[in-house]
Amino acid sequence: MIEVDNLTRHYGPLRAVDGLDFLVEPGTVLGFLGPNGAGKSTTMKMLTGCLRPDSGRIRIMGHDIVSARRRAQQCVGYLPEGSPLYPEMTVADFLLFIAHMRGLSGERRDQRLRYVVEALSLRGVLAQRMVTLSKGFSRRVGLAQAIVHDPPVLILDEPTDGLDPNQKRQVRQLIRSMASDRIVIISTHVLEEVEAVCNRVLVIDRGRCVLDDTPLGMLARSRYCGAVSLTVDQPERVASALGSLDAVAEVELRSGRLTALPSGRGELLGAVSGLIREHGWPVHQLVLESGRLDEVFAKLTQAGGEAHD
Amino acid sequence: MTDWWSELAALIRRELAGYFATPVAYVFLAVFLALAAAMPFYLAGFFEREIADLQPFFGFHPWLYLFLVPAVGMRLWAEEFRSGTVELLLSLPVGGWQLVLGKFLAAWLFLGLALLLTFPIWITVNVLGSPDNGVIVAAYLGSWLMAGGFLAISATLSATTSNQVVAFILAVLVCLLLLLIGLPAVLDPLRGWLGQGVIDGLAQLSFLIRYDAISRGVLELADVAYFVWLMALAMAANYLILMHRVQR
Repeated sequence: MIEVDNLTRHYGPLRAVDGLDFLVEPGTVLGFLGPNGAGKSTTMKMLTGCLRPDSGRIRIMGHDIVSARRRAQQCVGYLPEGSPLYPEMTVADFLLFIAHMRGLSGERRDQRLRYVVEALSLRGVLAQRMVTLSKGFSRRVGLAQAIVHDPPVLILDEPTDGLDPNQKRQVRQLIRSMASDRIVIISTHVLEEVEAVCNRVLVIDRGRCVLDDTPLGMLARSRYCGAVSLTVDQPERVASALGSLDAVAEVELRSGRLTALPSGRGELLGAVSGLIREHGWPVHQLVLESGRLDEVFAKLTQAGGEAHD
Repeated sequence: MTDWWSELAALIRRELAGYFATPVAYVFLAVFLALAAAMPFYLAGFFEREIADLQPFFGFHPWLYLFLVPAVGMRLWAEEFRSGTVELLLSLPVGGWQLVLGKFLAAWLFLGLALLLTFPIWITVNVLGSPDNGVIVAAYLGSWLMAGGFLAISATLSATTSNQVVAFILAVLVCLLLLLIGLPAVLDPLRGWLGQGVIDGLAQLSFLIRYDAISRGVLELADVAYFVWLMALAMAANYLILMHRVQR
């Protein structure tokens, strides 16, 4: 369990984090979203004990991050942004060093090291200096050091940033596989990642929480949630006919693709397909939309955005 | 408490392994040994003196350290900040004091190794004559202490920046000031401005004056205490700068 209570942090006059409150239960993969400079990394640094809060409290598995920092830190694995590593060390030496600093020793240490090497497929690069590692391997080593002590809390700052699509998928799979009985907090700019791995989303903007919901709940806030998109031969004619339906609030036409937004009066998909059948229009594609996270994200974080910076 | 020491030992091991993982350590050792060996012969007439001692050898150490110790100390923190690995260190359940002490001790041990590797010159004087080996041992210890003073200052200045070159230049400047401050050329112009008490106090800070006795094998408690205090103070400053910079 992570308890964050009225957390605040300034950088000079700038309020980087401004009265953040949240609780996270085991089994949660929390996606931390927000524009650049919203306070994501600052919050993560405070959660890991790297940065001291100005005011407010953080308790990690019951340990206060300030007054019982070491015990709290022992419960946390952390992947800093960009996965910084010591370039001149070998992967094996580095993992051994972290294991030692995490208080592992003897059989338990060997067993955990074997496990992370296996789980992140690092066997082939163990003897390699870290300066020679590809981005994907660097990230995997960063993840390995974060989980080597089997912590109940994992904090990953942009774990898939800069990886290719295959590597992204691998890292996401790994995060999902580790999530069942832990707390995982990931920050990301990639909205699809939230849908792919998270079961809870926290959007912060200018240091404040502007949304705390499930990914589905976030999607439901989109005006495209339940919208019907279709590709037809004469979009202009179809658009005006769709616009007259009671179940349609508005019709958008973008590069030949029509989108009918639901008005909430009546069932949209049924009404649209009825209209199509009635006129016998040939339809090339028809999609029921689940909502667009980018649109919700923009709506939440751009309100009064001009005053920002 | 055993955890505390084993964590410190792991930090020291990691640092030391880092030195020898790249050619930097070997280049440093080679340059150090070449200069340490050449200076007494070419600049001090080691043979011409016809005295079996190592005073010309030890006499050059302050000048050797002036550039070589900041070269070792400059990367200690600046590199951690530049690469972001400092965050990795801070997320580990260790104390800031352990980090400061671990880095310092590793670098000091490395300098000690460099100093030990000058042993052929010791053998040389023993072959050529019969020097007072007690004096030589004392001078070695004193030289290592002085290196620790230079190093603690260099490490502390390294914590103020993310740029190794800036760290190096700052460290050379501060060390040069501490070397020269006791010389009449520095103190005489100040005499009109400052009271005799201040002048005497400043002279007490001088590495050169402190080390002069040490290089002759006179290891006095006051001089040892001076370097130990200097190291302790510099490391305390290092800790405070580090904590201020990461704001933990």
